[in-house]
Amino acid sequence: MTASSERPRTLAEKVWDDHLVKQGEDGTPDLIYIDLHLVHEVTSPQAFDGLRLAGRPVRRPDLTIATEDHNTPTLDIDKPIADLTSRTQIETLRRNAAEFGIRLHSLGDKEQGIVHVVGPQLGLTMPGITVVCGDSHTSTHGAFGAMAFGIGTSEVEHVLATQTLPLKPFKTMAITVEGTLRPGVTAKDIILAVIAKIGTGGGQGYVLEYRGSAIRALSMDGRMTICNMSIEAGARAGMVAPDETTFAYLKGRAHAPEGDDWDAAVEYWKTLPTDEGAEFDAEVFIDADALEPFVTWGTNPGQGVSLSETVPDPAAIDDQHERAAAERALEYMDLRPGVPLKEIKVDAVFMGSCTNSRIEDLRAFASIVAGKQKADGVRVMVVPGSARVRLEAEAEGLDKVFEAFGAEWRFAGCSMCLGMNPDQLAPGERCASTSNRNFEGRQGKGGRTHLVSPLVAAATAIRGTLSSPWDLEQAVTEAEAK
Amino acid sequence: MEKISTVTGVAVPLRRSNVDTDQIIPAVFLKRVTKTGFDDALFHGWRQDPDFILNQPAYQDARVLVAGPDFGTGSSREHAVWALRDFGFQVVISSRFGDIFRGNAGKQGLLAALVAYEDIERIWEVVEAAPGMPVTVDLVERTVSAGELTVPFEIDDYTRWRLLEGLDDIGLTLREEEAIAEFEQHRAAWRPTTLPIREPAEAGN
Repeated sequence: MTASSERPRTLAEKVWDDHLVKQGEDGTPDLIYIDLHLVHEVTSPQAFDGLRLAGRPVRRPDLTIATEDHNTPTLDIDKPIADLTSRTQIETLRRNAAEFGIRLHSLGDKEQGIVHVVGPQLGLTMPGITVVCGDSHTSTHGAFGAMAFGIGTSEVEHVLATQTLPLKPFKTMAITVEGTLRPGVTAKDIILAVIAKIGTGGGQGYVLEYRGSAIRALSMDGRMTICNMSIEAGARAGMVAPDETTFAYLKGRAHAPEGDDWDAAVEYWKTLPTDEGAEFDAEVFIDADALEPFVTWGTNPGQGVSLSETVPDPAAIDDQHERAAAERALEYMDLRPGVPLKEIKVDAVFMGSCTNSRIEDLRAFASIVAGKQKADGVRVMVVPGSARVRLEAEAEGLDKVFEAFGAEWRFAGCSMCLGMNPDQLAPGERCASTSNRNFEGRQGKGGRTHLVSPLVAAATAIRGTLSSPWDLEQAVTEAEAK
Repeated sequence: MEKISTVTGVAVPLRRSNVDTDQIIPAVFLKRVTKTGFDDALFHGWRQDPDFILNQPAYQDARVLVAGPDFGTGSSREHAVWALRDFGFQVVISSRFGDIFRGNAGKQGLLAALVAYEDIERIWEVVEAAPGMPVTVDLVERTVSAGELTVPFEIDDYTRWRLLEGLDDIGLTLREEEAIAEFEQHRAAWRPTTLPIREPAEAGN
């Protein structure tokens, strides 16, 4: 759009404009080109079937990559998958990838893993591109300054066939996080606080741009954690403007540009940050200095408070829907208003998922549990996001730290984030989880989920009740020494 | 996709907000590789409760679901739409939808009608007074009628047109083949490609 280059634009608008194949007219959507299409076994079989029925090829296998993550077990990965329907779904992906010429990283391959961990570590996710996947947590890739969003299976088929999507422009929302996080407070606490503030529907129709000094200070892993959960606020996408942190992460990765292409890319990437004077459709401010470790108490990710607080009383909630939802949530979670969150005992701790399973997350967890023993009766699972993250962690000796602590060290996959593979909670079990959704039954039928950061997960695994590093004197000292 | 213009059928009042797609269909049912046969999976957790509204005899032939705000949030699973459709629903009414769910619905011929919350309460009152009463959803006029009550609903013009005409998105986009090919001619060399497979120059991180 040449006309729009005259006025100040946001990061999201710039990426959108540079992918316009055809501008919509008279209420029709724009046609947007897709740079990178990530595929996994769950949302793709019916899309490939659709192509076969219509006799259509995959237009750009070279812009498409697949991996196996949702159904895959995280133990005994060299054996056939025990669950027959899961095995069929995995085998269907393998057949489809072979038939349509799509690159696939299968269980056992060193690049296999959660699709949103694999894309960035291969250097495929980069600033200024469009990324889609049949998975709502595709918003993760926005951490690079990409426009990345989840799509349904019909749209997966559409992208496979045309490498484009018809879309109406999203509105833009600036989420400005200023200040300095205290030791023990992390990217996860920022995003849980954002969702609690704007609600699970607050981002609907928007692309969220995370800005401000607290965001700039985050590593790429931290930025990915934040963008990952944009969907939990209802937003299609979350973005962070690319900067030197982004470029340093990308340089030298397998599919990052090289030589002259790298120079041309960086030159372009530096033009992407939102222009001075560009207008957002909505703005939200968060004070990073005031943030504390955060935890959810209910059954949607917006039902969260600081860990130092008590379980809220639904009677004190003005909005009638929020009140009714809170009442139902407390019943499902088996919690009473007024109980300090730190008194809540857990049965399990899950350290993993596309939100928090990257190497820095594992290092953070290890920094707290090193040399300690897990609480009696608490099951602790540590699941790396990808086979490569697993190898990296083992090279640093983190696996030994986890095992000495009493945790299970698993192979890569979505694992206990969703009740789809063997890693599930039993009915009534309570879990402190570094994942992204505390919906009813999400981690297994009847399971109860409290969403937390890796640091809170670690402290909770030590004490057996919801806890932060602040509750562990020694951990606080260590964090401050860093 | 079949054309839709009006739907008349039993309306189910679902007095819940924040109905995420994990509730509409739990993940354990997403392992299938087919696109049909998901009717038993719909609201599987809640249907274990004999008092859940869909278990009541008056609502067995339901066509229209009338839900509270924030329906279809969370996971992108299109299976949620397939499960609603397989159960027999042709219309879902809410005052706010998850974006991905609404998009998926439009692609699969499930009408997602946006109705103001005050009007949803009025519809609930009318249909709860006479369980199993039919309502009519008119896509041409963009109205929902239940007994004496008629209220407007919103749907974007493009989705409405596609539903009325029963048009398939991929077919429409492939008419733009020339524009897509032209766009690809100018795609910068630095932009990512997954093939050929490349190894990292040095260990990452």
